[in-house]
Amino acid sequence: MPRFELNDPDLVVIVGSGAGGGTMANELTRRGLKVVLFEAGKRQSLASFSQNPGEAFGQLTWLEPRTQSGTWDPVKTSPTLPAWHCRTVGGTTVHWTAATPRLQPDEVRARSVYGDIPGASLADWPIDYTELKRWYQVAEKRLGVTRRNGNPGMPASNNFKVMYAGARRLGYKRVHTNYMAINSRARDGRGLCIQQGFCVQGCKTGAKWSTLYTEIPRAEASGKLDLRSECFVTRIEHDAAGRATGVVYRDSAGVEQRQRARIVCVAGNAIETARLLLLSESGRFKHGLANGSDQVGRNYCHHVLSFVFGIFDQPVSFWRGAVLAGVVEDENVHDPRRGFAGGYHLELAMLDLPTLPLIGLPYGWGRDFSSVVDGYRNMAGMLVNGEDMPRPGNRITLSTTAKDAYGLPVAHIHCDPHANDLAMRAHGTGQGRRIYEAVGARRTVVSPMTPATHQMGTARMSHDPGQGVTNAYGRAHEVPNLFISDGSVHTTAGAANPTLTIVALALRQAEHIGGEVAGGRL
Amino acid sequence: MNTRATNSDSPQSADRRAFVRGVGMLTGVIALGHPLAALLPSRAWAVELRVLSSADAASLLAMIRTIAPHDTLDDAAYALVVNAIDADAAGSSGAHADLAAGIASLGAGFAGMPEAARVERLKTIESGAFFQSVRVKTLMVLYSNPIAWAHFGYEGEAFSKGGYLVRGFNDLKWLPDVPPADSGPMPFG
Repeated sequence: MPRFELNDPDLVVIVGSGAGGGTMANELTRRGLKVVLFEAGKRQSLASFSQNPGEAFGQLTWLEPRTQSGTWDPVKTSPTLPAWHCRTVGGTTVHWTAATPRLQPDEVRARSVYGDIPGASLADWPIDYTELKRWYQVAEKRLGVTRRNGNPGMPASNNFKVMYAGARRLGYKRVHTNYMAINSRARDGRGLCIQQGFCVQGCKTGAKWSTLYTEIPRAEASGKLDLRSECFVTRIEHDAAGRATGVVYRDSAGVEQRQRARIVCVAGNAIETARLLLLSESGRFKHGLANGSDQVGRNYCHHVLSFVFGIFDQPVSFWRGAVLAGVVEDENVHDPRRGFAGGYHLELAMLDLPTLPLIGLPYGWGRDFSSVVDGYRNMAGMLVNGEDMPRPGNRITLSTTAKDAYGLPVAHIHCDPHANDLAMRAHGTGQGRRIYEAVGARRTVVSPMTPATHQMGTARMSHDPGQGVTNAYGRAHEVPNLFISDGSVHTTAGAANPTLTIVALALRQAEHIGGEVAGGRL
Repeated sequence: MNTRATNSDSPQSADRRAFVRGVGMLTGVIALGHPLAALLPSRAWAVELRVLSSADAASLLAMIRTIAPHDTLDDAAYALVVNAIDADAAGSSGAHADLAAGIASLGAGFAGMPEAARVERLKTIESGAFFQSVRVKTLMVLYSNPIAWAHFGYEGEAFSKGGYLVRGFNDLKWLPDVPPADSGPMPFG
């Protein structure tokens, strides 16, 4: 692997190696560009992934402190971990559960379709759906998504049999083993899913797509990638004309370095991406880089997320099998008769025994609490995953009370759920309970909002530079050679798990950058 | 319960350091029929404590059992939580003092009270930092060990055994199978 010079004038710097950054690294090196890929975490491998849930959590998770405020549940239920994502080479694609639904046409026109919802900052995406769909098709081929392009669906697990029977009894029609970026057959040089149920700990067969062992090694094989793991970017610098000139970072020894760049792509997961832009304030960009619109960090979306568990008289053993391989799609529509705008998925889900009481169960103790855990063998599970409303006040700012190891303010998250989110949660968890009751659950349990695993919206795309941070290619309105390459650019959340959309937009952005460079415009 | 809290304060103590500090131990014997009994080198277990006395450890163990009561889960699993809390308290004198004060607030004879009385006592301190820290530690430790996994039926790591693909991921028989159009074939069918 090459090591490019710190003052090389011809490099693309990418910050973050997950779904967006890892994909960009492959796509740009493939086009002949030289790339330095920064990753704050360490590099693991199929062999090094721990199979102890607690150890794996420590191995992969972003554990730097964060502060939070607002009326959302994690303030109480998860005070030290408001968001659960990764800090390792491959980013959150190492622990993701690989569900890859598409956004729906109504969802990318949320403002036009849902109307003006007070207290929400809805907007339409600046991309036409036919254009987005074209890139979804490219991304689905890249990821080997099941039930698309002739890839067989995942076989049905015990947990899915319960969901399926209950959902059909309620009259739901679009119920299947989900669109999964998991090999149902060996393909693309990787093995098939052996139904371990350890998706979140890092997939030891590599059946689950992750940039760690797909995009990044391909970029390395090009000879054009300089991957710098355990290197943390603290600032993006610019020149007098307002063009990005490079990044300041701490190397693996903690020593400050300065890397020159021709183009900078930021893909740090929406919380850290916003933090980096805010940390890069300067005389010219007084409120953060590319933040003339004051939209950096705002409109933070994290999905309406709640687990629903059913406890039955007979065993389910729901820990066996691919975690999210099942979905009810029928509620992913905009139908205001339900009392809220937007829609949700009911996705199959399970938690390993150590994690269940930590994030899956409501607050409690004593006999009532312990009798739920006693039902672990006979438990089925699902996750309500729905569109949350963007709000200007739900935002990432720099903490005024906590600093990281380098003395920099950590991210502060403020969230007040919109009434629409609460109405959707009530509806979704109610339907989840009904699904399990329809097949004989003797008890159902609903979790509070879990730590956020889907981060979106903190540097959103807009046609109007006053309304967002980037244009439709994720290119900053104010800094022509600065790109945002992760879920930060999602104008609204929709109900789709964000990774497929992140990859689709990264593929599209890479083509745009390639064209601009070839045309001498970048 | 089959746990004994023994004061290791006699010169005959096997562990002189424990004698010097005057701290306690928790000991027990895993039940004969326990799934792990056949796997462990000995059914007897002992947790040497760093700061807690045996009496305080017994009170704390009773508190943890009241927070997360699983009647047939062996005391050995609960003792791991006591051990973790004891180890945390050994880190600083302030933490040790907080823990001692918290246990004192349970009152004398807490471990010997009937469960209903223990619940009532804990409700009076539920909003305090001591109760909440013990509750969180209980959630973190009690369900993260092989004793608990065997008890609740959780099978854990499966990669070394080839996953669950041919070991029961789809062995549920009390509901109908999913039609092929809504699922997918077994990979080597």
